[in-house]
Amino acid sequence: MDKINGSQAIIRCLQEEGVKIIFGFPGGAIIDLFDALMDSDITNVLVRHEQGAVHAADGLARVTGEVGVALLTSGPGATNGVTAIATAYCDSIPMVILTGQVPTPLIGNDAFQEVDIVGITRPCTKHNYLVKDAKDLVPTLREAFHIARTGRPGPVLVDLPKDVVAKMIDFPEKKPIRMQTYQPNYEPHQGQIEKACKKILKAKNPVLYVGGGVILSNAHEELTELARKLNIPVTMTLMGLGGFPGTDPLSMGMLGMHGSYAANMAVANCDLLIAVGARFDDRVTGRLDAFAPHATIIHIDIDPTSISKNVKVDIPIVADCKHALTAMNTWFNTSSDFNREQVAASHEPWRATIDGWATKHPMTYIDEGEIIKPQFVIQKLDELTHGDAIITTEVGQNQMWAAQFYKFNKPRQWATSGGLGTMGYGLPAAIGAKMAFPDKTVVDVAGDGSIQMNIQELATAKQYKCPVKVVILNNNYLGMVRQWQELFYNKRYAGTVMDVTPDFVMLAQAYGAVGLRATKTSEVEAVLKEALATDNTVIMDFVIAREECVFPMVPAGKATTEMLLV
Amino acid sequence: MKHTISVLLQNKPGVLSRVTGLFSGRGFNIESLSVAETLDSSISCLTLVTRGDEAIIEQITKQLHKLIDVIKVTDIGDSEYVEREMVLIRVKAEAQTRAEVLRVVDIFRGKVVDVSPKSYAVEVTGSTSKVQAIIDILKPLGIQEIVRTGTIAMARASKK
Repeated sequence: MDKINGSQAIIRCLQEEGVKIIFGFPGGAIIDLFDALMDSDITNVLVRHEQGAVHAADGLARVTGEVGVALLTSGPGATNGVTAIATAYCDSIPMVILTGQVPTPLIGNDAFQEVDIVGITRPCTKHNYLVKDAKDLVPTLREAFHIARTGRPGPVLVDLPKDVVAKMIDFPEKKPIRMQTYQPNYEPHQGQIEKACKKILKAKNPVLYVGGGVILSNAHEELTELARKLNIPVTMTLMGLGGFPGTDPLSMGMLGMHGSYAANMAVANCDLLIAVGARFDDRVTGRLDAFAPHATIIHIDIDPTSISKNVKVDIPIVADCKHALTAMNTWFNTSSDFNREQVAASHEPWRATIDGWATKHPMTYIDEGEIIKPQFVIQKLDELTHGDAIITTEVGQNQMWAAQFYKFNKPRQWATSGGLGTMGYGLPAAIGAKMAFPDKTVVDVAGDGSIQMNIQELATAKQYKCPVKVVILNNNYLGMVRQWQELFYNKRYAGTVMDVTPDFVMLAQAYGAVGLRATKTSEVEAVLKEALATDNTVIMDFVIAREECVFPMVPAGKATTEMLLV
Repeated sequence: MKHTISVLLQNKPGVLSRVTGLFSGRGFNIESLSVAETLDSSISCLTLVTRGDEAIIEQITKQLHKLIDVIKVTDIGDSEYVEREMVLIRVKAEAQTRAEVLRVVDIFRGKVVDVSPKSYAVEVTGSTSKVQAIIDILKPLGIQEIVRTGTIAMARASKK
């Protein structure tokens, strides 16, 4: 075996795992790794803030399904990454975060740029490690990738003291990883599958409720097959968008707080709810006792803790969504009890009821002539990109309008901070996505508030010739909180008025990007077209109807049928 | 409902903090906790006593199991089991009460493990309720200090 130093061994591990791009920001404790990185074929993207590095790696992971990798230094470098690590944790995104640490003799001495990052990130990583012995480096790295990408994926942090990565070590051969304490269950229990399938055959008003697990396990084809085979209407969570074609007649769109009227009414009235890779989040369920009150609930999830956490489940199936859906499709394909035409026909009255709801209250907005409506901007964006762009978002109204009005037909074209709701996610995530797929159109849908949280990454986009497009829906407010204040706090706009925002056109130009602005509805299309045709990073500043609200809206703590409508 | 949960986990730095962090982060409560090595020094056994309805206990056991370093989680209350706790009590023992303290310790089958002119330190082992009982009895005589181990428990072997 050849001797190499710890840093070189780590880089070799990354290559072994197929890592092509990493996002990082250097510092004293991590210089050795950056040094070793220079001799490899891995692209090292220098971000402008560590939060951006981790979000960019997260964006790359969401659109490719690969493990995203970020490289940060000790102390403030590591803590700056924490928000982004928590973001990935909440949405189960496979990532490995490598952090530098002070040399082992100094650990615990309050050394310069020392922080207990393993302690800090324990509750927001799937697992984490402090490597104290150089011979553990390679096995730990391999285990970290294994844990990050298997089971319910998630971020894994490896803390690397400066003296440990400088030591000379043998590079051990790769062996299959077997962990005594970690063996996620992929295969469904056949008895549960049969029980679920029989229940589905008996249902008159079934609904498929699809979450991010379908995207993570690449189960969209199996899901689509099941829904079409049995003629079952489908609703998706924010994280599940793209898991089923948004333009399919069976799609009811998103459910929950800002979901469609039809989807929320369907869930409230269904007799069978089939939850696939979803976790009954409070933004989906609203008041718990009024959520799917008449339904038998089937729940497929690889994480046993998700099952019966918020809502009591009747038929749990602990398995990978893809495996479970495949098993269900096989059951229906081979069962003599299943008559496709008959089942499809039996669901027609239910579908007609749902179509009635959709017609009565479609996803819509009020046209105000030349005052730009944000929903119109997203619709135009959808039209001009043929629903085929990768869309990332910031958090707030911009995110909800993007979710409501862009028609996602494919998985992995949508990256948004769902669980944690992290403002500042969209721009770095767009850079990560664009680095992974340079030929795809990547658009960050942003608000004027959230774009400013990681606006410095425009420099990263420029440095790496990463022509992402940013749509700012500019209302000079922190719009979602303002909306709550309008509706529930007597219009007292405490802390939500952005009296001063930068001139985004000039700001874009300052970074060497292109800035465009539309102040009238008639200018929207031209601005979008120009931006999409420009081979440069572009900021589009759309000055929108200032007090536009996101509707439908289920007020927090209300039943999902108690929607405020347009 | 009180539950005694036994957790086998890898004896690694920070592992106890993963367990306690899980409880504090998710708002579960720990009434007592005791941990030490097993026969295999790379594995520790942790016994903890917690309270909650069925759904909470189900979440606790699942969440514990989800921790990467955890090998096995058993809700001991699901079967017949023995539980023990040990307490060390320093109780005032002056001329008029020395004999009474010894009588009480004897009734509880405890032992005097330290003697001074003004106090005894006594050791008592038993179920949590027995330990609580001797504390209640000795309290009027003047308890100066107590240290309890928290419960440890073991499922009974099959009788067949």
